[in-house]
Amino acid sequence: MQTETMTRPLEVRRLGLLSYADGLALQAELVKQRRAGEIPDTLLLLQHPHVITLGSGAHEENVLVSPEERAERGIELFETGRGGDVTYHGPGQLVGYPIFDLKPDRCDLHRYLRDVEEALIGVLAEFGLEGGRKEGLTGVWVGDRKLAAIGVRVSSGWITSHGFALNVSTDLSFFGTIVPCGIRDHGVGSISEELGRRVEMEEVEAAAVRSMEAIFGMQAGAHTG
Amino acid sequence: MARIEVPMPQMGESIAEGTVSVWRKKIGDRVERDEPIMEISTDKVDAEIPSPAAGVIAEIVVTEGQTVEVGTIVCYIETEAGAGAGAQPAAAPSAPAAAQAEPAPSAGATQAPSAPAAAQAPSQPASANGAGPASLEERLRTRSTPLVRKIAAEHGVDVAAVQGTGRSGRVTKDDILRHVEEQKHAPAARPAAPAQKPAAPAQRPAAPEYEGGFPWGEFYTSVEHPAVAAGPNDRVEPMSRMTQIIAQNMVLSRRVSPHVHSYFEVDYTRIDRVRGKNKRTWEEQGVKITYTHFIAWAVARALREHPKLNASLSATEVIYRAEVNLGIAVALDNGLIVPVVKNADELSIVGLAKRVNDVATRARSKKLSPDEIQGGTFTITNPGIFGTTIGFPIINQPQVAILGVGGVEMRPAVVSDEYGNHAIVPRKRGYLSLGYDHRLVNGADGDQFLARVKQIMETFPEQA
Repeated sequence: MQTETMTRPLEVRRLGLLSYADGLALQAELVKQRRAGEIPDTLLLLQHPHVITLGSGAHEENVLVSPEERAERGIELFETGRGGDVTYHGPGQLVGYPIFDLKPDRCDLHRYLRDVEEALIGVLAEFGLEGGRKEGLTGVWVGDRKLAAIGVRVSSGWITSHGFALNVSTDLSFFGTIVPCGIRDHGVGSISEELGRRVEMEEVEAAAVRSMEAIFGMQAGAHTG
Repeated sequence: MARIEVPMPQMGESIAEGTVSVWRKKIGDRVERDEPIMEISTDKVDAEIPSPAAGVIAEIVVTEGQTVEVGTIVCYIETEAGAGAGAQPAAAPSAPAAAQAEPAPSAGATQAPSAPAAAQAPSQPASANGAGPASLEERLRTRSTPLVRKIAAEHGVDVAAVQGTGRSGRVTKDDILRHVEEQKHAPAARPAAPAQKPAAPAQRPAAPEYEGGFPWGEFYTSVEHPAVAAGPNDRVEPMSRMTQIIAQNMVLSRRVSPHVHSYFEVDYTRIDRVRGKNKRTWEEQGVKITYTHFIAWAVARALREHPKLNASLSATEVIYRAEVNLGIAVALDNGLIVPVVKNADELSIVGLAKRVNDVATRARSKKLSPDEIQGGTFTITNPGIFGTTIGFPIINQPQVAILGVGGVEMRPAVVSDEYGNHAIVPRKRGYLSLGYDHRLVNGADGDQFLARVKQIMETFPEQA
């Protein structure tokens, strides 16, 4: 028996702090390029300034702050083309946008969600945390606290965009401005809070790359842009 | 030219249904093969669905917001002769099938599929100019939620033309409704109709009136209510439009259809168990499942097996309806309306519950579009919520049967074990009554159907 290791190249772009609008524009462009085969599978790793985003399944009542209060706290608001309800992004949260071509062997929306979850569970494991899933609630949880949110889009030709948001050292008080993903009964958490120490973003980024490589059978060549 | 069917695609092994969130194309639009024609959403994923062939969108069957099972036809595309002909084995057979559906002249149901599509057309200009893959930017620009876009579509309003007062200039539901009001009062807005695309009229033969869906013969058409004297202290007010329509329909139904009623007692223990088990999951999917939804689900399946109950009589013909379109009677403060859930037999219980709740809510807020109260093939009415034990409802013409739901309560019931021991125990039970048109449906038909509904309810599947 022989196991063929069909690794695909993965380009990782570490973008630092990027506005949500710029993130959307960049993704739109990269999706086009990926579809045309001009770039390899690409993973964007970044952080957003404070922003509340509404997915296509969003209920506006899940935004709990008034526009005035939002302005005061410097939180933007966006409607996006990803699936899911309401979420918050901000500094200290690792945002990952995989721009992957799921063809030919990964053309399954649920499988893709489960794979992203699996990769994030792998990231948490590197920090000694036991992440898990909750049935019917996409995301990655430690106990009753949600550490990572997932909301994705698959464009024509099975090209992915949007992705995950993993709380590393996020100021969790900002989640008080929304009902995250429309789920009222559960809390949010972060890696730093779970471990009781501050974890650096770079450590988590590295772990995320390793974990995505493992789950998606890819091999990263770094790119800083 | 060949007409090909575009089914809801299978987007994953465990994905049984999809919700159409946005149509990127409208009727009459040209599409290239693999060009996105619509977007669907499932939990946490939005996905673009590419066209299976090049051609022109001929008909849109599933409208935005509707959830349908994988494989359900969502639209039809007319392809040019020869263009990728080999790829579409379905093409040839589908054209004659469509032609056969025509002869039913009275059928509200035959109009139904095209009506929602036409109703949707006015919403399209917002996306038409950006037709391609510009959806993200487009959504940001029009700044509205799917719900708002849906309401806009119902009222034929172009979201982009409405001043938004919501967060970051988003167009809210109230903005749309205010816009609609303003248009009503602005005389200049009247010639709106001619401004519409000339392609549209072919799709929609002059919007049928609510009461006009059924071609009443001359004999049946006149309903005169006898004059009655009022006393000096009585309050007299003119009949509302809705009351007039209800009065006419009820009198005509009694005149047209010899009604027979049967009733069965149903044990709800199993349903309670299934509900208890799935409650949390369902709540997480944002829906509270009630007895009405279980009953509707069971009825939709039983109707599929008993086509006689899902039919109409027309002069000398019996029309067996192709679709199971469930009417759900909704009591209003000053009347009654029966919105229709189309293709109810193709929905999961969650999908069905969402549709029922959606139309019922909009029935109460008077936001149903005309096509949403037409094309029903069977009606369910639930007076049980007011505490009635059993009711004998009047058929909603031109259907041939109606189900009445009685109140559900703990009752002493005799249960037996496998050794033949009997005991009286409290069980959750309620009556279901079936009113049916004895011209077509005989006692055996009605009772077998009702027995099947009872059986489905008492052995309700855990995953429905």
